[in-house]
Parts: sequence; structure tokens; C-alpha cells
Amino acid sequence: MSTTDSTTLKAAHFNYILHLADTALILSQRICQWCGHGPVLEQDIALSNVGLDLLGLTRNLYQYASTLDDKGRKEDDLAYLRNERQFKNLLLVEQENHHFGYTVLRQFLFDSYQILLLDTLKNSTDKILAAIAQKSLIETQYHFKWSAEWVIRLGDGTEESHQKMQQALDDIWTYTGELFLAAPYEQTLIEAGMLSPLENLKTQWHQKVATVLQRATLNMPDSDKVFMQQGGKNGIHTEHLGYILAEMQYLQRQYPGLEW
Amino acid sequence: MVIAEAEIWKLLEQVPDPEIPVISILDLGILRNVQWVNDTNEKQLKITITPTYSGCPAMDAIALQIRLILAEAGYKNVQIEYQLSPAWTTDWMSEKGKQKLKAYGIAPPLAQHQNDTLFSEGPQVPCPKCNANDTELISAFGATSCKALYRCKACNEPFDYFKCHR
Repeated sequence: MSTTDSTTLKAAHFNYILHLADTALILSQRICQWCGHGPVLEQDIALSNVGLDLLGLTRNLYQYASTLDDKGRKEDDLAYLRNERQFKNLLLVEQENHHFGYTVLRQFLFDSYQILLLDTLKNSTDKILAAIAQKSLIETQYHFKWSAEWVIRLGDGTEESHQKMQQALDDIWTYTGELFLAAPYEQTLIEAGMLSPLENLKTQWHQKVATVLQRATLNMPDSDKVFMQQGGKNGIHTEHLGYILAEMQYLQRQYPGLEW
Repeated sequence: MVIAEAEIWKLLEQVPDPEIPVISILDLGILRNVQWVNDTNEKQLKITITPTYSGCPAMDAIALQIRLILAEAGYKNVQIEYQLSPAWTTDWMSEKGKQKLKAYGIAPPLAQHQNDTLFSEGPQVPCPKCNANDTELISAFGATSCKALYRCKACNEPFDYFKCHR
């Protein structure tokens, strides 16, 4: 392998770990906004629990990314001192919470994807990433049971809850195409044999999601006909990300280097 | 002074879980390894710990407690390593630890894993207070990542269940 190739590969690897970390962090921030506002106490706690697991995953990934970073940035620098254009999270996870049904639906679509992804990453030749994935996979399976059951409960619930869930599904679907569109850094890793092609994931995800949506009596939008937004993986975001970062990064921006 | 690693394990049995102070990091299976390694000119103590859940906020507090207890015993050259693989499981919890949990009012993990089938019931967890089997799951998520919330239908007491994690 030439020097250029190894540099490109190293950068792609670093960016991919950041992409995984950013996605977990932003979703964690989002669902923790429910803390104190959940419809009932038990579900409020459930959301924060899921958020905490995701934050743990985030930390494991940033700590790992820190060891790969040329600039020697630490975990906190990566979370607090990068701008929107540098965040590589999925557009799906930065969307606003709207109502509880929208939140659990977004969670369900994400959990379905994350289980399948982590299941391949746990066998990665990258042993550190494999260990992080294996640990998170056990937790994500638990999240999936919770989010999938809620989607069914609300989809197959009252006339109003069904209508709200169908509307949410139709609204959110435009952000699901990006999950299976490889960013340049993913493409590099796929070509190097370090990452599985995303097509397999796409087929499996559609099957997994369809099974639950059918039980929820919801109509799954046709991915081939819906216009799909993209860009999150490459730092092009919807307007919502900036507000999340502004709130999350305020303290480190105002008091650089402050420690807990 | 270099003492046997077994003695260090004994010392570290004093380190409690910050959330559930009745059990130690040994009971929980968080402490994975104790080893003397060669530093530049003196022996260094390498302590390996593993988090229960990815986001367990107790890890930093546990690492600090380990350092404090070892420093009190005269060991200052300590390195703490976090190990993710193999992933922690409740199978590593000691029998003694399970008994302590129950005495504290938390139902210890059963060998039975959560059934992943949607809408399947949680495992039948006996009430830690009255031992009745007639209990029900209130919430799959509890006050900490490792627990679920149950209710005993015999004595009407709510209680925490330390989830089986594997």
C-alpha cells in the first residue's frame, strides 16, 4: 500500500468513528430533552436510560477517535469544539422530538438500523471498534424492544394515535435514505474491506422495520418513491443541529477548558 | 514493598459500587485483573476494571476509590485500565453479591435473559422482601441502567430488579 493510500485510509477510519460517535451523541442529547417532560414517569425514565446508554457509546467512540486523531484532540474537544459542518451524525437523529409518538418512531427506526450495524461491527477486524460494538449491541436490543412495542401500541392504538403515527412516519421517512448511502469515508473503508457494503444493511433494515410497522397497522412509505434527504454524514445538516450544539457546547465555548 | 496480588484483591473488596453501596466491585465482577508490571525503575500496579453498561456514570468514581484505597495502603504507582471486551455480564456477579443485593431490597439477576419477543413478559422475579412469585413488571427501565422496576402483588411493595445482562 502506498503512503497516500494509508493516509487516506487512516483519515477515513477516523471520520467513520466520528460519524458513529456524533450520531450517538446527538440522539442522546435529543432524547434527554424529554427528561422531566415524559408522558408518564416510567417512560420519562426509559428515555433517559436509553440516552445514557447512547452517551456511554459516544464516550467510548470519542475516546477511541482521540487516539487516532492527528491533532491530538481529546474526547471533550471532539464533542464540544467542533461546528455543525464538522459533525457527521445522521440527519434522522437531529430531528426535533415533536410528540412522544414521533420520538419513539425515530428511536425505533434508529434502533432497527443500529442493531444490524453493530451486529456487523462486532466482527470488525478493528478489535477496539468490535469491543465497543459488542457492548452496545446488548443494550440496543433492549432499546429496540421498548421502541418497537411503543410503535405498535400507538400505531394500532386509537384513531388519533394511529393518525399521528402515520403522519410522523410519512414525515420522517425522508431522513432514512441517508442511512444506506455511503459517505466517501465509508466508501474508502468498504473498498478496503474494513466495512460491509451498506446494501445488505438496507435490505435487512427494510424487512425488520416492515414487520413491526405491519403489526402497528401503519403503511410503510415506498423508499423508491420518497425524496430522500442526505448530507448529515458529510456535515450538511438540517437547521436543527445548530440549536443542539449551541446549547450543548455553550459552557466549553464560554469557559474553555472547564472541567466538571 | 510488593505484596501478593491476592492481597490487593482483598484490599479492593472495600471499594463499593457508588450506586449500590452494599456490594463491592468484586461482587459485581467489575474488577477484572490485578497485576504487578515493570515501570521504569519501580513496580507498577495495573488494575483492570470493566464498565457494567456503556454509560455507567460510576466508573470514574470507582477508579478514584481504587486509587484512594491503594494510596492509603502505600501504593501510589497505580495504572487503571478500562477493558471493554469481553463485555461485562451479570453472570460474573458473585453469589455473595446476589445475597447482599437481596438483603438490601433489590432482586438479584436471574439466569433467565429478557425474552426479545415483542410484548413478551419480563422474567418471573421473586419479591426480595416477601419471596412471593406473584410479581409484575412496571417498567423495563429503572433508577439506574442495570435495574428494572417491579411490583409484588402479594405484599404490594414496588422493588428494583437487577436485570440479567448478557
